[in-house]
Amino acid sequence: MVTSASPTAPLSPSPLEERLRVLAGAVPDPELPVVSLEELGVLRGVRVLGPSSVEVELTPTYTGCPAVETMSADIERVLHQDGIERVAVRTVLSPPWTTDDISPEGRRKLAEAGIAPPRPHAAQGPIPLTLSVRCPHCGSNDTELLSRFSSTACKALRRCVSCREPFDHFKEL
Amino acid sequence: MTQAPTVTAPAALCLGDDALVLAQRLGEWAGHAPVLEEDVALANIALDLLGQARVLLSLVGDEDELAYLREERAFRNLQLVEQPNGDFAHTIARQLYFSTYQRLLYQQLANSSGPFAPLAAKAVKEVTYHQDHAEQWTLRLGDGTDESHGRAQRSLDALWRFTGELFWPVDGLDIDWQALEEGWRASVTEVIGRATLTVPEGPQSGAWSAGAGRQGLHTESFGRMLAEMQHLHRSHPGATW
Repeated sequence: MVTSASPTAPLSPSPLEERLRVLAGAVPDPELPVVSLEELGVLRGVRVLGPSSVEVELTPTYTGCPAVETMSADIERVLHQDGIERVAVRTVLSPPWTTDDISPEGRRKLAEAGIAPPRPHAAQGPIPLTLSVRCPHCGSNDTELLSRFSSTACKALRRCVSCREPFDHFKEL
Repeated sequence: MTQAPTVTAPAALCLGDDALVLAQRLGEWAGHAPVLEEDVALANIALDLLGQARVLLSLVGDEDELAYLREERAFRNLQLVEQPNGDFAHTIARQLYFSTYQRLLYQQLANSSGPFAPLAAKAVKEVTYHQDHAEQWTLRLGDGTDESHGRAQRSLDALWRFTGELFWPVDGLDIDWQALEEGWRASVTEVIGRATLTVPEGPQSGAWSAGAGRQGLHTESFGRMLAEMQHLHRSHPGATW
């Protein structure tokens, strides 16, 4: 169930919440397993509601992202394994996720996996559709767009003009 | 258009049905698009729209019941989005008209304080890519061969009469409809001009039509689309796998 607003979070997480967040955050993204949910920036918070009852807030990269259900199931599984009996994963939309939420470590891992990481964009600025994207294989900036949509909604398909290899680009959102 | 009636159906239903129905239409291209990249692109656009539809319909009731168990007259989508895919140029013309509208609409909603602001702020970023996709293809088809130019123009002309309904005020949406219409017309005119095509003339809604999609009145092909979309769920109620 997707809800639009997030309730007020406690001012600072408890040590238990911090520990559970590390566990939930370490879950790999189902479609890009090289990055974790924490590195992808989709884990919004972990709150302990009561004894053995936890609520996790997750935000989708795209509204229709089909990986959200798998992410939720994976989070529930690791927290159950840690002994938490009741785990509720809530999907929140606000504030909207942006590719700027991907951590530097996440960007490095994407590039290592042959996926050009998204370029950072100026706050509230337009999506930079035309600036050059660096080839994750040879490092050349001479690359061209083949299609705005690729293997998943969050990626575009590009080709390097220098080394001729096609590659996925995590497009800016 | 002289006077636009105000639509009183729930706004979430109107916007949710637009997204759901267009997602279904675009999904029909899977395996049939002219090139593999477009197969993937149209399916991805459909997926974005389906995600938006799920959020919007969940504001009204049970998403599955709303999608699979309503009769044709209970759908409140624009007639534009239910139009058959036709050839690729026809689909692109429909995408140009609709994605331009949806981006401007969501942009206004994202800046409002209403219940649709969180979804709109999220969706406007996705729709920006849809609009860019439609514009790039409009340019390529219009400024392409004589054949692609002719098909693009015929498609723009054929769908023009469904564009008046886009600007019918919907109750409960905090929208400046006049600004929306002006922005839409300016944007579409600019792209069509650059594509060496001509902005269609003639009415944007027809006296021949009994009404509009927002009133629950739909065009002939919509029933067949719904039959395909709903038959599995209706044949096997409650089935899961």
